[in-house]
Amino acid sequence: MLHTAGDIHIQNFCLSYKEKQVFENFSLCLEGGKWNVLLGRSGVGKSSLLKAIAGLLPPSFYKGTIKTADGSSLSGQISWMTQDALLLPWLSVLQNALIGNKLRQLSERDAISDKQARSLLSDLGLEPYLDMKPDSLSGGMRQRTALARTLLEDHPIVLLDEPFSALDAITRAEMHDLTSHYLTGKTVVMITHDPLEALKLSDIIYVLKGPVIKSAETLTPSSRPLRNIKDSSLLQEHEVLMKQLSDSKALS
Amino acid sequence: MIKFIRPFAIITGLLLAWQALVYITEAPPYILPDPLAVSQTLYRRLDTLINHAGITFLEIILGFLFGSLLGCCSALILATVKSARDWLTPVLVITQSLPVFALAPILVLWLGYGLPSKVAMTVLIIYFPVTAAFYDGLRRTPKDWQALAKVMNAKPMAFLIHVRIPLALPSLSSGLRVAMATAPIGAIVGEWVGSSEGLGYLMLHANGRMQIDLMFAALLILSIMAVSLYLTTDHLLHRLLRHLSLDDHKTR
Repeated sequence: MLHTAGDIHIQNFCLSYKEKQVFENFSLCLEGGKWNVLLGRSGVGKSSLLKAIAGLLPPSFYKGTIKTADGSSLSGQISWMTQDALLLPWLSVLQNALIGNKLRQLSERDAISDKQARSLLSDLGLEPYLDMKPDSLSGGMRQRTALARTLLEDHPIVLLDEPFSALDAITRAEMHDLTSHYLTGKTVVMITHDPLEALKLSDIIYVLKGPVIKSAETLTPSSRPLRNIKDSSLLQEHEVLMKQLSDSKALS
Repeated sequence: MIKFIRPFAIITGLLLAWQALVYITEAPPYILPDPLAVSQTLYRRLDTLINHAGITFLEIILGFLFGSLLGCCSALILATVKSARDWLTPVLVITQSLPVFALAPILVLWLGYGLPSKVAMTVLIIYFPVTAAFYDGLRRTPKDWQALAKVMNAKPMAFLIHVRIPLALPSLSSGLRVAMATAPIGAIVGEWVGSSEGLGYLMLHANGRMQIDLMFAALLILSIMAVSLYLTTDHLLHRLLRHLSLDDHKTR
């Protein structure tokens, strides 16, 4: 793709939810081409922030601006992946991966090619299952199909809304490896409540602390991502994160 | 095996109870004829009964088809056009709060004694349940899917066709089941108010001439027809949903 992965600037972001202030004058710069993790406890408001970045909140819901470094809007540059794989049960794995063609009613020329989808799905280990329906797949395979759909969109920014939290431990570890491999070079913004997952995958971790979020504490892990979670320096950083997160409880 | 025997056991039980009721109450044949007398009449007047049943059958089927079609169209308009929703919902509620039976004489006056007034009656009875069920299903497109469609830049019409309508099919099919179960009411009421053929007409006619056994025979035919229509519809809808892997509302 021609897009160079640029930074995402969030400026003076204010958001209230059910008359409760969640974000107040919150500014953050998410680095382009890196794996950014927003870490926070459940219900802290990290999901709302991600939705705002994705352009899913109507502008009247929040104040502030979310733009790329060159000031352009983010819309049309984003792919999104959630905890729920959101596959359509009546379509096969291949058709689900290519659903974007149908939804955008693209002409033959602009459409994502069948060949490209097949080869990506094969790389993800789904070749024997191309014509199967999601019902007969395991949670991990469904999430891999969702990953293929996300990657085929080929946008420079990928937002991950706790995509691994419904998976079992082994599948989750496999998905970590795959996702980390395939999303290299893209601007990734992932939200999670799991410090270990954050430490394993991230280039930069932003800790969001309630009740009213004004700024984020940043932690840059000392080594390159896809770290071994048994690494001693990682465990030390894990301690630090746990402490920061439990601080937020004391505040609320 | 027991599943196969059960319907016969139930029917035999009902017939025995009926016979017992005649025996205990010593009801004269012009109040409650016994099963044997009814079956004799059924056999003797089978030609007449079948002819009238054919008319009623046609009314039910046509009413069901037109009513379902009209209901689906209304639901689609309600779900896609915002202003239609605000204007049409009150109209829908008003038409539905009016007892349809009260309209029957007017329909006969306007549309005559023939088929159209009965079909119109059936349409009126099933229109609302179909519209309400389908509209409800269309409104309940999962939030995550709406978000994904927005991020994927989906065309609203394509999203409606490829995602929202299929996901609303389980709701629509419950509406269609209710419709098929209530459609005979419309046809019969229509025939009672004014007609020269059909099972409703035959029953009214037989009643006037104290031919209670013929009345019961007509009732028997009607219930067999209604039950088989319902079971067929139920079976077909079930197969359709299973074919689309939607039978237990899986959306993952």
